[in-house]
Amino acid sequence: MAKLIFERPTITRLTPGVPSKHGVGTAIAPMPLIEGIKVDDLMDKYGSPLSIFSERTIQKGMEDIKRAFSIRYPKVQMAWSYKTNYMDAICRIFHKEGSWAEVVSGFEYEKALRNGVRGENIIFNGPAKNAAELEKAVRNGSFIHIDHLDELYLLSDVCHRQNLEARVAVRVNMDIGIYPKWDRFGLNYENGEAWDVINRIMINPKMKLMGLHTHIGTYIMSTDAYRIAATKLADLACNIAQKFDHYISYIDMGGGFASKNTLRGAFLSGEDTTPSFDEYAEAITSAIINSQIKPDKLPTLILETGRALIDNAGFTTGSVIANKRLSDSRRATIVDVGVNLLFTSFWYDHKIHPVNSHSGLVEETTIYGPLCMNIDVIRPSLMFPALKSGDRFVITRTGAYNTTQWMQFITYRPNVILIDHNREVHVIRKGETLEDISHNEEIPEYLK
Amino acid sequence: MIIKENIALSENGFVFNPSTGDSFTLNNTGKEVLMMIKDGKNLSQIADLMLVRYDADRVTIERYLEDFLNDLSLNNLMEE
Ligand SMILES: Cc1ncc(COP(=O)(O)O)c(C=O)c1O
Repeated sequence: MAKLIFERPTITRLTPGVPSKHGVGTAIAPMPLIEGIKVDDLMDKYGSPLSIFSERTIQKGMEDIKRAFSIRYPKVQMAWSYKTNYMDAICRIFHKEGSWAEVVSGFEYEKALRNGVRGENIIFNGPAKNAAELEKAVRNGSFIHIDHLDELYLLSDVCHRQNLEARVAVRVNMDIGIYPKWDRFGLNYENGEAWDVINRIMINPKMKLMGLHTHIGTYIMSTDAYRIAATKLADLACNIAQKFDHYISYIDMGGGFASKNTLRGAFLSGEDTTPSFDEYAEAITSAIINSQIKPDKLPTLILETGRALIDNAGFTTGSVIANKRLSDSRRATIVDVGVNLLFTSFWYDHKIHPVNSHSGLVEETTIYGPLCMNIDVIRPSLMFPALKSGDRFVITRTGAYNTTQWMQFITYRPNVILIDHNREVHVIRKGETLEDISHNEEIPEYLK
Repeated sequence: MIIKENIALSENGFVFNPSTGDSFTLNNTGKEVLMMIKDGKNLSQIADLMLVRYDADRVTIERYLEDFLNDLSLNNLMEE
């Protein structure tokens, strides 16, 4: 007779009448498969921890967002926000699905070129472009999004000295009725700064105003905020048309749609509260269509959606290292995934599923990462099954910002694999070795 | 290793302590272990029996048994 799986014995006190702060829906389903492939097999082969991406989920997200916008608006163009996830294989999937590249540094710009994106399909955002980077982008015909007045002067200088013409857009920030106000990037709408810069561009013979851009923040739950932002950009477009008889070719609404992750400490799950692509699309497209822009002059609508397209497609798997009891007798579980790999655990209450089935009973526990650092907390408190050393788990919706903001800190970063559209598995970033990490270091002669 | 005499344990893993009014729930392994304690078995006898039933080594089983006994004490279910 086959032996049973050993679940460590647990006892949990019941507190009648006092609903737990975790609510009632604490059943935690096991997750033995990702895209039909056994997680245990993947971890046996590629190790623990392991970062896993699903191409099908990326494709499904792209289909959904394109459908939501293109049934409402004639011209829609996606631009992949590199900072959200700039692993080459991931970027190439987005480009294959028709996305341009949206970059915010010279480094990201080079990456986009190397991923085969044509210069004229790169949007160059960000507050810190230098003269050499600007010149290269102008020569490649990329869209340069002006962030501040000093950049306008620098770009103008580059263009005059080299006798080049730049294709530019203005990044606009504005009051959209939500807090925090993102007024640190771009030029302000309400105080007239944006309009001032638009005027300077329009009279500059070395610059062609192609578009208007805003990025109102990230994880924005309010579709109304997008409606207000799109209305303000459309108004600016009308003013430009009226004064200069010039029609911009695009309005770029940036990123910021919320993913279905739950923000840390939020009472309701992101799965229940996040607006759908259709709701965001309705708010944005109706604002532009209902503006004074003439129907035959409607600009292309560009979206730089990041997290809402990649969060779902990423999984982080790991193993339990140990169980502990804290001084106040609360349980703690130490796992091999830390904030070094899961930067987003500072923002999200990530969902964690055991790989294999369990009795269904859960107990309150804290989940700590393996770093010898106080900040290394994956979940401060959650109801979780009684996993024991060596048991494996899957953390879901980890695709955004983690493989860019992760840190090489205390330990190596693991393999990253991709399950492609045919369910074939590829390593897309090899686990680090000591050599990888020490590669750029140099030891002065006298210390050798 | 003796469980308090008046502690009630139900078939489906509920534990009730009439002297404090506290109630608890056990997972399957927890229920099995508590029943064996009630039957008067000691730690190493319990570990022997679990080794036969479960796919785990003795060190793992004993380690988590100790842990569980500690939980029982913390919840005032064991005789001092
Ligand atoms: C200019 C710009 N575009 C797009 C994004 C992607 O945002 P999100 O991941 O919230 O969709 C960002 C992220 O901060 C950004 O700064």
